[in-house]
Amino acid sequence: MSKTKIEEVNRNIYDIKNKDEYDFKIKKGLTKEIIEEISKQKNDPEWMKEFRLKALETYDKLELPTWGPDISELNMEEIATYVRPKTKLNSSWDDVPDDIKDTFDKLGIPEAEKSSLAGVGAQYDSEVVYHSMKEELIAQGVVYTDMETAVREYPDLVKSHFMKCVPVNDHKFVALHGAVWSGGSFVYVPKGVKVDIPLQSYFRLNSPESGQFEHTLIIVDEGASLHFIEGCSAPKYNKVNLHAGCVELYVKKNAYLRYSTIENWSKNMLNLNTKKAIVEEGAQVDWVTGSFGSKISMLYPMSILNGKGAKTEYTGISFAGKGQNLDNGFKVIHNAPNTSSVVNAKSISKNGGKCTYRSLVRITENAKNSKSSVSCDSLMLDDYSISDTIPVNDIRTDEVEFSHEAKIGKISDKTIFYLMSRGLSEEDAKAMIVRGFAYPISKELPVEYAVEMNNLINLELEGAIG
Amino acid sequence: MSDKLLEIKDLNVNAEEKQILKGINLTINKGEIHVIMGPNGSGKSTTANAILNNPVYTKTQGNIVFDGQDITNLKTDEIARKGVFMSFQLPEEIPGVSVTNFLKYAKNKVTGKPVKIFQFKDELKQYMESLNMKPENMERSLNVGFSGGEKKKNEILQMLVLNPKLAILDETDSGLDVDAIKTVSKGIEMFKNDENAVLIITHNTKILHSLKVDYVHVLIDGKIVKTGTQELAKDIEDNGYSQYK
Repeated sequence: MSKTKIEEVNRNIYDIKNKDEYDFKIKKGLTKEIIEEISKQKNDPEWMKEFRLKALETYDKLELPTWGPDISELNMEEIATYVRPKTKLNSSWDDVPDDIKDTFDKLGIPEAEKSSLAGVGAQYDSEVVYHSMKEELIAQGVVYTDMETAVREYPDLVKSHFMKCVPVNDHKFVALHGAVWSGGSFVYVPKGVKVDIPLQSYFRLNSPESGQFEHTLIIVDEGASLHFIEGCSAPKYNKVNLHAGCVELYVKKNAYLRYSTIENWSKNMLNLNTKKAIVEEGAQVDWVTGSFGSKISMLYPMSILNGKGAKTEYTGISFAGKGQNLDNGFKVIHNAPNTSSVVNAKSISKNGGKCTYRSLVRITENAKNSKSSVSCDSLMLDDYSISDTIPVNDIRTDEVEFSHEAKIGKISDKTIFYLMSRGLSEEDAKAMIVRGFAYPISKELPVEYAVEMNNLINLELEGAIG
Repeated sequence: MSDKLLEIKDLNVNAEEKQILKGINLTINKGEIHVIMGPNGSGKSTTANAILNNPVYTKTQGNIVFDGQDITNLKTDEIARKGVFMSFQLPEEIPGVSVTNFLKYAKNKVTGKPVKIFQFKDELKQYMESLNMKPENMERSLNVGFSGGEKKKNEILQMLVLNPKLAILDETDSGLDVDAIKTVSKGIEMFKNDENAVLIITHNTKILHSLKVDYVHVLIDGKIVKTGTQELAKDIEDNGYSQYK
């Protein structure tokens, strides 16, 4: 009994539900009128309004995916696609309304901003409520702002990049995103500028039966470098919430981008997020991903290695508990000579949860002398959880080095006995094994997130035993 | 205050349906080193595992009293926290958990007190030096990629750090070369004092060449058939176990 109680207490940090107060919440459902209304509410320029309406047409034409988890419970008629919080965009936490600030305080965002971040964006429901960046970065020409401001103030950069990396017809939920997107972050790092301290955006969905559709667009210009961190969470409601964000990363010649995410959505969330990076000559993008929450997740970040010698690394972990189906993975297209990709994916499933690693490695004919190495490792904590690996490897040239390694394991009773003989309880023993399993991933995360991930592992395991 | 540390009375143990131990009686006092010897399959490891209540085995009769308390049916971690330690024949590998972090965590669990990190690291370093262990092993994942000898030394290191009242060494000497056996013996001597005790489980007598012990018990087919002193080990070395069958 006490275990369950601990779980409830701890989870509360994420489960705090603020009153569903808003300035404006759009009618549920998806029609031309609704899209026009969102566009009007957001003061879109004409081109963006046209863009949204075309995306809606594409959405209506596309079918739901015929593979992967069953998402038939999603009824767009029941989802409000735009919820504007009762505040404007602020650059001081003092101006953010108390209940919203309180939520971000509990998530540790303002504290992290003081100690270890160069800039912070915070989104609440559909709009960014706080954005700020250090003066010295502004002086170097770095742009970090909410997406709406970017549409107004950097129209050329936005027009030439917005939904070019992830085209609207990519799949049905990208089209949906194109029609109803709101909030998100825009980052531009000018040529040669090295941003040493990370920037972080945090997305919080508070309103029930609604969707979050933030758009993140990052351009790291030639020779520049950036570490961008994204965190997401939501309290639990009984009805389905939808997250269909879109992340587009442009890593120009010889630039470097590290993109770290912890997704800790509540377990009523359908997380259908799309993330892609275009990597030019000599450039590198590294993805670090922790996927914990959500009822269903379909998330396959993709690196398109378009330039000679472009590199990518993917380090990701998924943790599925009861009632969760996390269908995650990584896709990479080697499109130029001497490119390389390294994938290190792990998953943990317990209490009937399901983790699938679904991946694509495509090495095209002109990607001679490229290397790809994929390793995926699954851990099941009991006999009724599920783990699956579905790799697609499409290699069209002989002159490559390619390796794929997959391991599926369980925690052995012998290991638990060994640890218990050192004074650890069964729960402590399992948590230690799982933390150790996750360590190669958690050590890649910024320290606060590594701590958060370890806390989440402890949290996920409590109540799992007995 | 009694000097009696461990008392096993009429212990009968099954592995699945098969009876392995058939009425073990054993008393270990503080300050003593005991050895249980016996051929393969006689029930030596089962005895060690039964003391720590490994759930693989079922106790059908008898009881175990440790430090004045009946521990027969306590959970393994509770027994460990009362001060019983076992060095494993095949130590488990724990990827992603460094030797330092593991021992710090275990020490905290066993003592119930916070561990002072700098003091702890110094202590760990000293023990590792005495056991001829590479200092860089402190930061390696516990037992992962360790050689057989390194694993066994690591068990002795854990014994020294956790400082139990009773250390059970299950075949710690097996598979080790002469130098490594000497190191293990040295570790046991460092550990040993008038307040604690050691129970060595082995099928050969090599370790007894470099370590002085108080009692030797011969275990055959789940029963202790003879108890003697170090001389008994010599006799077994010369004449084997067949004389007791």
